[in-house]
Amino acid sequence: MSAAHDTHGADDGAAHGTMRDYAIGFALSVVLTAIPFWLVITQPLADKGLTGGIVVIFAAVQIVVHMIFFLHMNAKSEGGWNLLALLFTAVLVLIVLSGSLWVMHHLNTNMMPMSHSMADMP
Amino acid sequence: MSAHPTPASADTASWYDLHEHDHPEGGSTLLGFWIYLMSDCLIFAMLFAAFGVLGGNYAAGPGPKDLFDLPLVALNTAMLLFSSITYGFAMLAMQGGNVKAVQGWLLVTGLFGAAFLSIELYEFAHLIREGATPQRSAFLSSFFTLVGTHGLHVTFGLVWLGVLVVQVGQRGLVAANQRRLMCLSLFWHFLDVVWIGVFTFVYLLGMLR
Repeated sequence: MSAAHDTHGADDGAAHGTMRDYAIGFALSVVLTAIPFWLVITQPLADKGLTGGIVVIFAAVQIVVHMIFFLHMNAKSEGGWNLLALLFTAVLVLIVLSGSLWVMHHLNTNMMPMSHSMADMP
Repeated sequence: MSAHPTPASADTASWYDLHEHDHPEGGSTLLGFWIYLMSDCLIFAMLFAAFGVLGGNYAAGPGPKDLFDLPLVALNTAMLLFSSITYGFAMLAMQGGNVKAVQGWLLVTGLFGAAFLSIELYEFAHLIREGATPQRSAFLSSFFTLVGTHGLHVTFGLVWLGVLVVQVGQRGLVAANQRRLMCLSLFWHFLDVVWIGVFTFVYLLGMLR
């Protein structure tokens, strides 16, 4: 048995951030937050679907930025278990969200043949 | 029968450890806390799914365009983002071993967090005064549940933050306190990640509906 094996977890494996990490993360977050708000408040794009799509992409990118620069996520921390738990959770979140929306959307379209918007009703 | 392994058996390959190895206190705390955060993430996924399904059911009541004030939400988002970077500064001060700087940055973070909560409570009070209560429609029920759960997390984060300011003052930056600070760091940044989902899917996409 090697000496390294005898002390488990002395190195907690947690990654530490540097000032550079936080500065980059903060600058990117400001840009990635400001652009979607500007897009929705001033609506420079006529197509709402396109605006919505861009806003969602910005959110996804910002979540990754936070994971890397603020939560210091990488493949090595805690021997990869952090990333594995995160990916597993991401798969579950994807199944929960897409499954719920898909099933309930079809339920609505198939069970309610009248107008979908209650605001249109008298 | 001997309680101790014989020297002969120690030489042969075995599938179990013959001698206990040392597990320092708190060695697995950060991984365990991360797994708690992932389970918390699933709670928010359920609430987002509920909002996604019910978010269009206004029951002839007010919708996002009648209720939401985007500049106020942008201000709120800025408060949370500032609190994230100042918590980062607290962690950097912790690595430098500077107790006063850690406490100072924690207090600044707490102020930004409190500002976030105050703005959110002001928004909720404004909605309720206009009659947009959680009981008004499925949209508002799911809205208040999702945003309120996030606000509750921030509230508990603030309590934890206050406790840590006192603990760091009493014991200094000992290993246990460093571990606690790192756990709260994960919690605090995680709440900012959830808020990205909230302002995108609830507020911004709500205004586009």
